[in-house]
Amino acid sequence: MFYREAGDFKTSYEQDSQTFPIKFDRFRYYAVLAIAFLVVPFVINDYWANAILLPFLIYAIAAIGLNILVGYAGQVSLGTGGFMAVGAYACYKFMTMMPEVSMFVHVLLAGGMTAIVCVVFGLPSLRIKGFYLAVATLAAQFFLVWLFNRVPWFYNYSASGQISAPERDVFGIMITGPNAPAWATYMFSLIFLTLCALVARNLTRGTIGRSWMAIRDMDIAAEIIGVNPLKAKLTAFAVSGFFIGISGALFFSVYLGAVEVGEAFGITKSFLVLFMVIIGGLGSIFGSFAGAAFLVLLPVVLKVVGVDVLGWPTDIVAHFQLVIVGALIIVFLIVEPHGLAQLWRVAKEKLRLWPFPH
Amino acid sequence: MKLKLTTLALGAVMAAGPVMADLVFPSLSYRTGPYAAGGIPFADGYADYFTLLNERDGGIGGVMTKLIECETGYNTEKGVECYESTKGEGALVYQPLSTGITYQLIPKVTADNIPLHTMGYGRTSAANGEVFSNVFNYPANYWNGASGVVNYLLESNGGDLKGKKIALVYHNSAYGKEPIRTLEELSAKHGFELMALPVDHPGQEQKSQWLQIRRERPDFVTMWGWGVMNQVAIQEAANIRFPMENFIGVWWSGAEHDVMSAGDAADGYKALTFHNVGRDFPVFHHIQKYVVDTGKAAGAGDQIGTVLYNRGMYAAMLAAEAAKTAQGIHGTADINAAMMRDGMEALEINEAKMADLGMPNFGPSFNVSCENHGGPGLVGVTQWDASSKTWSLISDFKPTDGDVIGALVAEDSGAYAAENKITPNCN
Repeated sequence: MFYREAGDFKTSYEQDSQTFPIKFDRFRYYAVLAIAFLVVPFVINDYWANAILLPFLIYAIAAIGLNILVGYAGQVSLGTGGFMAVGAYACYKFMTMMPEVSMFVHVLLAGGMTAIVCVVFGLPSLRIKGFYLAVATLAAQFFLVWLFNRVPWFYNYSASGQISAPERDVFGIMITGPNAPAWATYMFSLIFLTLCALVARNLTRGTIGRSWMAIRDMDIAAEIIGVNPLKAKLTAFAVSGFFIGISGALFFSVYLGAVEVGEAFGITKSFLVLFMVIIGGLGSIFGSFAGAAFLVLLPVVLKVVGVDVLGWPTDIVAHFQLVIVGALIIVFLIVEPHGLAQLWRVAKEKLRLWPFPH
Repeated sequence: MKLKLTTLALGAVMAAGPVMADLVFPSLSYRTGPYAAGGIPFADGYADYFTLLNERDGGIGGVMTKLIECETGYNTEKGVECYESTKGEGALVYQPLSTGITYQLIPKVTADNIPLHTMGYGRTSAANGEVFSNVFNYPANYWNGASGVVNYLLESNGGDLKGKKIALVYHNSAYGKEPIRTLEELSAKHGFELMALPVDHPGQEQKSQWLQIRRERPDFVTMWGWGVMNQVAIQEAANIRFPMENFIGVWWSGAEHDVMSAGDAADGYKALTFHNVGRDFPVFHHIQKYVVDTGKAAGAGDQIGTVLYNRGMYAAMLAAEAAKTAQGIHGTADINAAMMRDGMEALEINEAKMADLGMPNFGPSFNVSCENHGGPGLVGVTQWDASSKTWSLISDFKPTDGDVIGALVAEDSGAYAAENKITPNCN
């Protein structure tokens, strides 16, 4: 009923292979974009930006990045926190070394720097797979955090080892620092997320994406049919690192404003992003969004319901959060191992036929 | 999308919030996670004192106080969420009890013109009120603490530390790194050797650090620890039979729960403090009568008189006194955050005032001014007696090395001012 394809004719290959082939879907997508770009910036306040939307947007970028590596290329990584730290520290160094340059450039450069680091740590993936690769990336996580704690050059020799974002702008609009308006930080992150999602979507359905998926599904078979594993794996690490670096840079500069590497980019961050990807759905761009939204919003919603609505003590609610999030992860993995994206896909299939089930 | 809309609606309900009628004191507490052992008594003390004011005095200056508690779990992201969700409700002053969250909040509170009080933690150079207009860290800060340790050791070693070796076991975070600069300066000045040993969050694994201490045999060990790290360190010190008298923790490493788990082995462990210990103060009888016995205590009521409960209560007392001062300055009982800031900057604490509040000799007398947001920096030393399970003050509150600290504060706050284009001024 809702997803009627009747009358929705495709007359060219472009139309047939577009991201949203069903008209209703396409218009919903345009509507979401329009609301996100044209409505939200005008109604947003500090609370919405800093507590909900910024973390969602930034984690979504990280989840897309990790999804490329884990979901599309099949290379398990536990180093996301460390790679986000690379993005954050690179962004900090660029911001302090070249204060005149636009924030856009800093974030992109930070992404590029992370891509390089990510490729270096991806080199072992040519020899090792699966759990062993996970351990190798785990080593990257610990090494990078240790490095940023150990070498004072990275935090400009500040006494506390913290890095704090100075005020920087884009076309005269303050993006970082405490005086940045909520809408500006939101738009800045939203633009990056939109670009990243578009690039990711188009990469994954092109040659590179197909070679990633071939490697993921069966690397020997892929090699036999002519997919170069060196190129496929390292491009996956590079692209994934680029996105994760962007998210790390935004996380530090736009969202938190000051970070301490062990606390902000520890191993828990790696697991958080990995959970987002798994809950959202491996190998799905929408899944990255859904997973990020789920894990960012759920604690806030539980807190609002528990503390503000029901008036429970804060510690009980905090403990409940752990229980509920943990239980939901288990339930999801049992009931729908392919994540929220698969749920969405099934729902769409059902809606397509509804109200006639056969 | 549905999920988004629901939360949108929820958030709208929340953002509407109540109108400002009470004096709102948010409490960014942590009752969960590896730092909860310290967070719970502090939060209880903070909450109970405001409950006492409401029950006994009918609020502050006739306006009831309202405490909004928000759980941070010592996590900076949750801390930011807590700050954003409470600042709209007319929050008067923030006390996050976390150096990490403090660093997040310093620029934010300055932009929002809400005062931030980081008592004995946070960014030390915030003592310079010319640069940090909205941040206060009276009555003492980390660098006072570092100097307090060295002064105490000087005193107990006949004024000479030449050739001695002092190890610093610290939480590998902004918090733990704070004293290093000062200790380095002091080691150059007094000729002792400093050995810094970082311990990573959360601090349960310290075998290698204590092995190093055993090998290098420092004369003294000082510790900047928090949460579970303290208990582990004291246990490890006991395991290598390090003499407890030579082990001095900062004030965040000297509460009952830190030493209890090591049992008798912890006897003689020392910790700094900037306020008095024990429960022989009239105010605790009032808390017992008005708060605990009426069932309004924030916790189970069993923390009263513990070191961190006292500190939470002391923090609340200073906030309440600043609110009173602000009411006096602005001639209105219904103050806002900007007025509260003025009150904090004009705060005067003296012996008569504290005796009035039922806390005679509880903390130092001091005046806050725009130039000095850091207070007098008087540091005392307490010692643990494992047989009677009590802390007792063994060295009275004494001044610290103002020359060294003053120069470092000027340097660090100057760097911050330059980085953030702040013109230091006092008007």
